[in-house]
Amino acid sequence: MRLTELPYHATAIVRTVEGVGAGDSIAHRLRDLGFVEGEPVRVVAHGPFQRDPLLVQIGFTRFALRRAEAQRVRVDMAAA
Amino acid sequence: MDSALHIALVGNPNSGKTALFNRLTGSRQKVANYAGVTVERKEGRFVAPSGRHIRVLDLPGTYSLAATSPDEAVTRDVCMGRFDGEARPDLLLCVVDATNLRLHLRFVLELQQLGLPMVLALNMSDAAARRGIRIDRERLQQRLGLPVVETVAVRRRGTEALVRQLDAALPQVPPAPAADADLHAQVSRLLADCVSIPSRTARIDDALDRWLLHPSLGLAFLVVLLFVMFQAVFSWATPLQDGIDGAISWLGVQLAAVLPDGALKSLLIDGIVAGVGSVVVFLPQILILFLFILVLEESGYLPRAAFLLDRLMVGAGLTGRSFIPLLSSFACAVPGIMATRTIQDPRDRLATILVAPLMTCSARLPVYALLIGAFIPQRSVAGWFNLQGLVLFGLYVAGIASALLVARVIKSRRKDEAEHALLLELPGYRVPHPFDIAIGLWERALVFLRRVGTIILSVTVLLWLLSSYPAPPPDATGAAIEYSFAGRIGQALHVVFAPIGFNWQICIALVPGLAAREVAVSALATVYALSATADDSAAQLLPIISAQWSLATALSLLAWYVYAPQCISTLAVIRRETQSWRTVGLAAGYLFALAYLASLVTYQLARVLT
Repeated sequence: MRLTELPYHATAIVRTVEGVGAGDSIAHRLRDLGFVEGEPVRVVAHGPFQRDPLLVQIGFTRFALRRAEAQRVRVDMAAA
Repeated sequence: MDSALHIALVGNPNSGKTALFNRLTGSRQKVANYAGVTVERKEGRFVAPSGRHIRVLDLPGTYSLAATSPDEAVTRDVCMGRFDGEARPDLLLCVVDATNLRLHLRFVLELQQLGLPMVLALNMSDAAARRGIRIDRERLQQRLGLPVVETVAVRRRGTEALVRQLDAALPQVPPAPAADADLHAQVSRLLADCVSIPSRTARIDDALDRWLLHPSLGLAFLVVLLFVMFQAVFSWATPLQDGIDGAISWLGVQLAAVLPDGALKSLLIDGIVAGVGSVVVFLPQILILFLFILVLEESGYLPRAAFLLDRLMVGAGLTGRSFIPLLSSFACAVPGIMATRTIQDPRDRLATILVAPLMTCSARLPVYALLIGAFIPQRSVAGWFNLQGLVLFGLYVAGIASALLVARVIKSRRKDEAEHALLLELPGYRVPHPFDIAIGLWERALVFLRRVGTIILSVTVLLWLLSSYPAPPPDATGAAIEYSFAGRIGQALHVVFAPIGFNWQICIALVPGLAAREVAVSALATVYALSATADDSAAQLLPIISAQWSLATALSLLAWYVYAPQCISTLAVIRRETQSWRTVGLAAGYLFALAYLASLVTYQLARVLT
C-alpha cells in the first residue's frame, strides 16, 4: 500500500520509494531522509485542509509531506 | 590566502551549526529552532589556546549533497571546492544533533566520500543524555575513523573539547564508504553498535503535537495566538510609551527654555526632537512584537504553523515553505526575502519574494500605531478586545489576504505545473531561554535605535532644511513652510494625491518616506512642528493630526501603507536576490498601483459613509 493509504497512527514498514519518471529529485530526497526499505514509519497527524499535508514519523524525525510526495512511498503494514 | 586553519561547519538543518559558530567565534548570527535559518555562508575567526588562528565558515544546513535549493547549493559548492572566491576547507566540522543520529549520520557518511579531514561534533549532547540516549563515543570514533567530540553549543563551556580537538594536529582523512554503498544500512549498523536509545521521540513532543497540530484545535490555537500578539502590541506598550513620550516632551520644553530663538532652536526642537522623538516612542511596540517572534522561533512552533497552513498556501500558488520567509517578513522584509533561498522552485521563490513586502513589517508599526492612536477610539469590543488592537489585526489580515490574492494572480499567469516538494522537518519543541530572548530583544532595540540615529535623523535634518528654506517673503500670511522647497513639492504632489485624500503635509512626508516607512512619522512631526504658527512646537504629533485630518484621510493613509513599497532596503534586497531590475520594477510598480487603488477606494467610501 501507499503511505497515503496508511491509517492514522498505524505503524508500517517502508518497502520502497517510487520515482515519478527518471531522476525524480523528490524521490531521491525522500530516500536521503530515511525512507528506505525496512524503516518503520507512522502517520502522526494531517493538515486541516483536505487532510493535506501528512506528518510522518520516520526514524527519529517528523517530516511534513504533501500527499503527492507521500504517494511515492510504498509501505507494508507491520504485523500487529 | 593566510596561514589560518580553514574549517567549515556542515550538517543537517537545525543541528546547531550556527549556535556552535557563534560560541566558537563570539559572533551573534541568528539562530532559531527550525530548518533553514542560515541561508548563506558566514565567516568568523578565533584563536585557539596554542595561538593557532582558525577561520570558521558557517554553511547552510542540508540533508544531502544532492542540493535542491539555492542555500543547499552553497554548501555543496564550498565542500567540493567549487565555490567562487572560497578555497576548499582544510577540515570539515560535521555537526550532528545527538538526539537524531539516525538521520544525521547518513550525511556524515556521504561527506566522508569527499576525502577531506573531518571532525564530528555530537551537538546537543546534553539533550541526548536527558532523553537517556547513550552514545559510545570512543567506539563511534573508531568505527567512523574520525575524531568525535561531544558539544553543547548553547552552553558556555560546551565547546572546550571541540576547541582542544581543533587545536591538535589535523586528523587523517577518514576512510570513504564505497560510492554505491547503502549509507542507511551503515548508519543502522553504527547505531546498533555504538548507541542505545530508549525511545524514538520525546514524549512531550508527541503530546504537544497531538493538540497543536489537531485539524481544528491546532488551527484555532494559531489564530488565537496571532490575535493575542497584536492585542499585546497595543495594550502592553501603552505605559512604556507614555513614559518615553513624557521624557521627549520634557526634553523639548527644556531645550526651548535655554536656547535662543533662531535656526538652531528650530532645527533641534522642530527637526530633531519632534521628528526623531516621534519614532522613538514606538520602540516598546516593536520590542513586544519581537518578543513574540523570538519566542515562536525558539520554541519550534513556526514549522508547525507552516504545516497547518500549507494547503492554503498551495491553493494561493505558494508553498508551505513560503511560510517562514513570509513570517520573517513581519519583522522585516529584508531577512524574509533572503530566507526564500530555502525554496527549491525558482518560480515559487519569485512569487514569495514579490508578495513578501505585503507582510506588515515592524517599520509600518509606527505609522499604523500613530494613525490608530489618533483616530480609533480606545474602547473594548464585546468586553474582551481592544478596538485599536482589532484594527491593527485587521491591517495585518489585509496584508496577508492581499498577498494570497497576488500570489494567486502570479500563479494563474504561469504555465508549467511541475511538482515541488514540501518535505519540511518539524523539530522537537524547546523552551526558549529567557537570556537568549533578552539578548535578541536588546539587539532589536539597538537596530531600531541605530536606524533612528542614522537614516531617520539624517532624513529629518534634510527635511527640516527643505522645509525651512527659502524663508517666506515679508508679506507672507500662511506658515513659513508653505513657501519653502518642501512646501512647494508637497503642493505639487498634492494634485496627484488629492483624490485619495492626502493633504500637502502628507505629500511632503511621503517623499522622505521612500527611504523607510517610519520616516513618514518623523517627517510628519517635523512638517507639523514647522507649520505651527503659534509657539506650540513642542506639542505632540498625535493630537495635531487627530484634530486636523478627517477620518477618511487617516483610513486612506492606513490603506496606502498596507501596500506602498516605501523601503529602499527591500527594493535593494529584491534586486540582490533576483539579479533583475525588472523584478524590482515589477514589485515597486504593482505595489504602488495597489496602494493608490486601495487608498482611492478607502477614501471615497469613507467619505460617503462618514
